[in-house]
Amino acid sequence: MAAFDGDLDRPLYGRGPSPGLRFTLYAILSVVLMYYDRHGQLVHRIRYALQAVTYPIQVAVGSPSVAWQWLTASWQTRDALRTQNAQLQQQLLELELKSMRQDALEQENAQLRELRASLPPLIKHWQLAQIIDVQTDPLRQRIVIDKGARDGVHVNQAVVDAHGVLGETERVGPWSAEVLLVTDPEGAIPVQLTRNGLRTIAVGGGSDGELVLPYLSSNADIRSGDLLVTSGLGGVYPAGFPVGRVIGVRRESSELPAQVRAAPVADLERDREVLLLQFSADNPAAPAPNPPIAPAPTPKSKPKPRNQVPEDE
Amino acid sequence: MSERHPRVLIVVSSLVGLVLSLLPLPHWAAILRPAFLVLVVLYWSTMLPRAGGVTLGFGSGLALDAFQGSVLGEHALALSFVTYLAIRLHLLVRAKPLFEQSLFVFAALMAYEFLLWVIDGWSGYPLSTPMRWVHTATGGLIWPLVVGILGRFHLAR
Repeated sequence: MAAFDGDLDRPLYGRGPSPGLRFTLYAILSVVLMYYDRHGQLVHRIRYALQAVTYPIQVAVGSPSVAWQWLTASWQTRDALRTQNAQLQQQLLELELKSMRQDALEQENAQLRELRASLPPLIKHWQLAQIIDVQTDPLRQRIVIDKGARDGVHVNQAVVDAHGVLGETERVGPWSAEVLLVTDPEGAIPVQLTRNGLRTIAVGGGSDGELVLPYLSSNADIRSGDLLVTSGLGGVYPAGFPVGRVIGVRRESSELPAQVRAAPVADLERDREVLLLQFSADNPAAPAPNPPIAPAPTPKSKPKPRNQVPEDE
Repeated sequence: MSERHPRVLIVVSSLVGLVLSLLPLPHWAAILRPAFLVLVVLYWSTMLPRAGGVTLGFGSGLALDAFQGSVLGEHALALSFVTYLAIRLHLLVRAKPLFEQSLFVFAALMAYEFLLWVIDGWSGYPLSTPMRWVHTATGGLIWPLVVGILGRFHLAR
């Protein structure tokens, strides 16, 4: 093993700064970088550039799974396609029925609010984006999508799939954006129970791909099967988008908070495409608008799980 | 001339390590996945401490930061520390049989993950799932394989 020699294996301390000095310099540099990544503006530009550099590699790394999906999709039999088609038609019918009622309800709502003109649609603009990379480490649950600042994507934009909320954009590069999933432990999302309107905050559970509701007292009225929707607070999502379904409630003692787990309704495992939403600010249901230009210097608007006092309960 | 060959090899193997670290995997596999890039960097800094040096560790760490969306500098700091350790102890480690080298690697990976954990906590991201330590064990186990593969390329030229 050690039986080799060459130019590269000459004594360590002949040339240039010693490893110790180098390490010290790099350590200082790292700490400075970390500090400015949290508090500074310069690093945001570096980040933006990095996002551009990493984009092609992310595409390359993600390409095997994309190719595999494409292969399996193109080998689907006629039969499978036919049954799928029938299912989709059925679904379409159901949705059309629902939306018939929806129009009437929206009109009624506008009348109730005594607005002369009908409201602008809540969703001003939506965009389809492909998932190019999925990171589901125990610690980080993110996806990378193929739309970036060049396509009008901005930070803290809501991302959903056909079933519910997936997450929000966190870092935006020129051609790609990183989406913080609702199950990421760094994320938190203000939610509301549809059954009784109880408001709280759901925090990502990380490794188990679940949501946790840590701020509920032990006597809170919540049980398995309850649907969680966005509550409209927090400035990212409008009210009423489905987020998750409660799958477990544990109450150990009356002093401790209830331990509530929920599963996201968005199908994180099977999505290939996601929707990026933009809301019209004129609609009363829209969340408070965010600064449109990439990273603002203000501290994160996202509620932090640690030092955030929940609004209700 | 002989200097050129390992340089290319170092860059290529580091890139392969990076790709292996980023490849999307099912959840259970992502937990078990060893930190390939760290292993590659450890290999070069014990076998050819002059070639890559702490700079290789720092650069690889920055790449990990850029791709994994962690605080910029987090992996860079942890990885340059581990690289420094490996360079300092390379004579000691290199002379040992593979089994003992694995133990050293395991310890180095623990130090690496510990630093990451501390920085995570410091940057307002306190999460201590035991799952994050699993890769240190698999990394130690896979070390003989890393030595076998990389050694085949760079010793038998």
